[in-house]
Amino acid sequence: MIPLNWYMWLSGVVFCIGMFGFVTRRNIIIMLLSIEIMFNGVNISLIALSHYLEDLAGQVLVFFIIAVAAAEAAIGLALVMLLFRNKETITVDDLNELKG
Amino acid sequence: MINQIFFFYFSAVIVAMSVMAITRRQVLHGVLYMLLMFFHIAGLYLFLNAEFISAVQIIVYAGAIMVLFLFVIMLLNLREDIRKKQFIAVWPMGLLVSSGILMVVLMSMLTVRTGTKGVWGIAQIERVTETVAVGTVLYMQYLFPFEVASLVLLVAIIGAIVLAKRKVK
Amino acid sequence: MDFKCYILIPLLPLLAFILNIVFGKALIKRHAHLVATAAVAISLFLSVRALIEASSGTVINQDLFTWITSGQFKVSAGFLVDQLTAIMLIVVTSVSFLVHIYSIGYMHGDEGYPRFFSFLSLFTFSMLMLVMSNNFLQLYFGWEAVGLCSYFLIGFWYEKKSAADAAKKAFIVNRFGDFGFGLGVILIFLNFGSLHYADVFTNLGVIASQTVVIFGSRVSLPTLIALLLFCGAVGKSAQLPLHVWLPDAMEGPTPVSALIHAATMVTAGVFLVARANPIFTLSPVAMNVVAITGGLTAIFAATIALVQNDIKRVVAYSTVSQLGYMFVACGVGAFSAGIFHLYTHAFFKACLFLCAGSVMHAMGGELDVQKMGGLKKFMPVTYWTMLIASLSIAGIPGLSGFFSKDEILWKALSSGSPVGKFVWIIGVVTALLTAFYSFRVLFLAFHGTFRGTEEQKHHLHESPSSMTIPLIVLSVGAIVAGYAGVPHILGGHDWIAGFLGKVTGLVPAENVGGAIHVHAEGEMSEWSGMAVSVVVAIVGVSAAAFFYLKRPELPKKIATAFAPIYKLLFNKYYVDELYGFIIIKPCYWVSENILDKVTDKMFIEGIVNGLPALVEWSGQKLRKMQTGVVLHYTLIMAVGVFLLAILVLLGIGTGMGPAK
Repeated sequence: MIPLNWYMWLSGVVFCIGMFGFVTRRNIIIMLLSIEIMFNGVNISLIALSHYLEDLAGQVLVFFIIAVAAAEAAIGLALVMLLFRNKETITVDDLNELKG
Repeated sequence: MINQIFFFYFSAVIVAMSVMAITRRQVLHGVLYMLLMFFHIAGLYLFLNAEFISAVQIIVYAGAIMVLFLFVIMLLNLREDIRKKQFIAVWPMGLLVSSGILMVVLMSMLTVRTGTKGVWGIAQIERVTETVAVGTVLYMQYLFPFEVASLVLLVAIIGAIVLAKRKVK
Repeated sequence: MDFKCYILIPLLPLLAFILNIVFGKALIKRHAHLVATAAVAISLFLSVRALIEASSGTVINQDLFTWITSGQFKVSAGFLVDQLTAIMLIVVTSVSFLVHIYSIGYMHGDEGYPRFFSFLSLFTFSMLMLVMSNNFLQLYFGWEAVGLCSYFLIGFWYEKKSAADAAKKAFIVNRFGDFGFGLGVILIFLNFGSLHYADVFTNLGVIASQTVVIFGSRVSLPTLIALLLFCGAVGKSAQLPLHVWLPDAMEGPTPVSALIHAATMVTAGVFLVARANPIFTLSPVAMNVVAITGGLTAIFAATIALVQNDIKRVVAYSTVSQLGYMFVACGVGAFSAGIFHLYTHAFFKACLFLCAGSVMHAMGGELDVQKMGGLKKFMPVTYWTMLIASLSIAGIPGLSGFFSKDEILWKALSSGSPVGKFVWIIGVVTALLTAFYSFRVLFLAFHGTFRGTEEQKHHLHESPSSMTIPLIVLSVGAIVAGYAGVPHILGGHDWIAGFLGKVTGLVPAENVGGAIHVHAEGEMSEWSGMAVSVVVAIVGVSAAAFFYLKRPELPKKIATAFAPIYKLLFNKYYVDELYGFIIIKPCYWVSENILDKVTDKMFIEGIVNGLPALVEWSGQKLRKMQTGVVLHYTLIMAVGVFLLAILVLLGIGTGMGPAK
C-alpha cells in the first residue's frame, strides 16, 4: 500500500515545477502549459485524498477543475491568437506598454 | 511491492515530463511532453480507483485541451519567438521561490492529518460501479456547481469566439 | 383662544416671508407689501386677543414638538404666553404693522421692494419667536435670527460700502455679547438639566448658594449666569461697551431703524433681563452691574447725542440712552418699570425715526440737520407728530414718556441703595440732556430758515399718506401708551405694574394685598422726585429753545470755547478709534502675521500642497515598480504566495498556532 504522503509529495513537486515554468518562461503558450501542469498537480492530490478518505467529493472537484481548465485554455489561447495578430509576438517581455 | 514500483515509475515519468515540457524551446515539443505526462497521470488515477476521472483526463485534457494548444501553435507563425531565450534573466529567482514553496509544501505534508472518512469506500464503489457512484454524487450533491460549470464553459466558448474571430470589414 | 391661534402669530409672518422670498421677484413684485402687511395685521389682531387673554390671567405654556434630543440634552420648541410676552407681542406686532404700512410709501420704487418686505416678515417672525419662546434655546434661536435679519436689513443697500460695513459691524459686535449669552445658556443647562423657563425658575434654590472658581476667585453661580446672560443683553441692546454698532446701523432703510433698532430688537436685551428676573434677583452684584451699565450708557449716549448733526444718529444715540434707562430700571429691581418704558419707548422712538425718515424722504436723503431748517411749513404732519414724540421722550407731563421715565427714576431713588441713588442722579442729568438734544434736532430741522440747496428746497413736500398715517398713529401712541401705568399718587392704578407683577415677581410694595399703602414720607419724596423730573424736562426744552431759536449763534461760540469737549463728544468719545486701536489693529496684525503667514501659508497650504507633493513624489518612486513586464508581476505574486504559505505553516495570523 502506498502512503498518502507520497501522492501529496508528488502533487507538490508537480505543482512547483508548473509554478517555476509559469514564473520564468517568456513564451506565453508555455506559461499556459505551466498553468495546466499546476492544475494537474492539484488534481493528483485531490484524487489521492478522495481515495484515501473514501469520499467522492474530491473526484467531483477534479471534474470541475478540468472543466474550468478547458474554459481557461480556450480563453487564454484566444487571447494569445489576438495578441499575436496585433503584436506579431507572444513573448511577454516585449509586452510592456503598461510600464509606469 | 509491485504497487510501489508502478508508483515510482509513474511519478518519475510525470515529474520528468513536466520538467521537459516547461524547458523546451519549441512549444510544440512542450505540448507533446505534456501529452505524455497527462497519460501517465491518467494511469496514476487508475491506481487510485478513479476510472471515470482517468478517462476524462485522457479525453478532455489530452484529447481536447492539448489539441487546442496544437491548433493554436499551428495557426501562429512562431519562428521569431522560438529563437529567443526561453527563460527570463532572473530565472534563478524563480527557481528559488518555487523551491521555497516546494519546501514549505513538503514540510506541511509531514503534519497533514486526515479527517473522517466518507461513505464511498472501495467496496461500496465496486458494488455500484465507479461511474454510477461519481454520477450520483455529481448530480445529487453537486448539481448546482455542475450547472455553474456548464455556464462557465458557455461563457468561455462565446468569449473565445468573440476574441479570436477576425473583424469583418 | 385656541392654542392654534397662538401658533399662527409667528407663523403668518414666516409664511409671508416664504411667499415673498420665493415668488417675490418673479410673481409678487410691486404687491409684496400686501402679503407681508396682511400677515402682520392678522398677527396684530391675534396679539391683541392674546393680551386680553393674558390680562384675564390665562398663561399659555405649551410645547409644540421636541426640537433636539441628544442624550441628556432635550429641548422642545414651545410657546409661553404670559403677561410679559403679551405686552411684547403688542409692541412687536403693532410697531411692525405700522412700519410695514410706512414702508409702502418709503420704499416705493426701490429695486429690492419684495426682498425688503420678505426680510421685514422674517424679522417679525424671529422677534415673535424670541418673545414667545418658553425655553432659553428657542430664545437664543430668535435672538440670533433677529440679529441675522438686522444684518440683512442694515446691509439692505449692499452696493453702498458703508451699509455693508455697518451690517458686518453690527453682526460682529453682537457676536461678542452672544458668546457670553451662549455660555450662560450652557451653564443653565449644566446646572438645571433643562432649558425650560418653568423648570429653571422653579428650581433656582439649587444654585442659590453655589459658587464657582474663575481665575482663582470665587464667584457665586447666580451672579455668573446672570452676568453671562447680561452679556448678550449688552450686545443686543447696544449698551456700553458694545454700543458702537447701533449708530452705524442707521445705514439701513429708516423703517428698519424704527422697527429693529429702536422699538423691538434692541429691546430684546431688556426683555431677556426681565424674563430671567428670578436669576437676576438672586444676585445683587449682577443687579448692580445692570443698573450701573444702564446708567453710564444712558448719560454717555446722551452726551454724544448733544452735538451730532446726523438726524438719524441723534435718534440712534437717544435710543441707546433710553435703553440704558430700561436697564437702570431692571437693575434696581423694577422690571415692570423697565418693560413699561420699553413699551412707551417703542411708540415715541419709532415715531421719531419715522419722522426722521419722512424728513429724509423730503430732503432727498439729506441727513444733516445743519442743512435743514424751516421744514415746519412744508411738512406740518411730520412736524406735529415729531413734536409730540419729542415732548414724550423729553418727559413733559401728560405724555407717555413722562410716566415711564418717572417711574424708573422714582424706583431708582426709592430703592434706597447707594447704587440706586447714583443712577438716579445720572438719570436726572440724562433726562435734562434728553430733553435738550431732542428739541435741538426739532428746532434745527423744523424752525428757522431753510439752509439746504435750492434744488432741495424746490423738492420739499409732505410725505404720502401711507407714511403720515403711521406717524399719526404712533404719535397718538406716544401720548396715550403711558396711561397704562399712571402712578398712584396721580390718581392712577399703575395697571401695568400689577399686570406684569405676576411675571416679574416684584409686585410694587403699594400693591400688596391690593390695598393702596403709601407712606406719607414716601409720597412726599415721590412728589419731589416727580417735580425734579418735570423741572429738568422743562429746563432742557427751554434751553434748547433759547440756544436754537433765540440765539442761534450761541451754540457755535460755545463749541469753539469748549473745543476739546466738543471734539470729544463729536467724535463719540473716540470709542470707535479706541476699538480700532485695541481690537481691530491687533486682529489685523495677528491675521496678517500669524494666521496668514504661519497658519495659512505654512500649515494649511503646507498640508494642502504637501499631500499632493508627497503623492507625486512617492508616485514617481513607485512607478518604477510597474515595469510592465508580466513576468515580474508573476514573480512577485509567487513570492507573495511563498510568504503566505510560510505564515500558514507557522500558524501566524490564522489564530491556530503552528501546525503540529
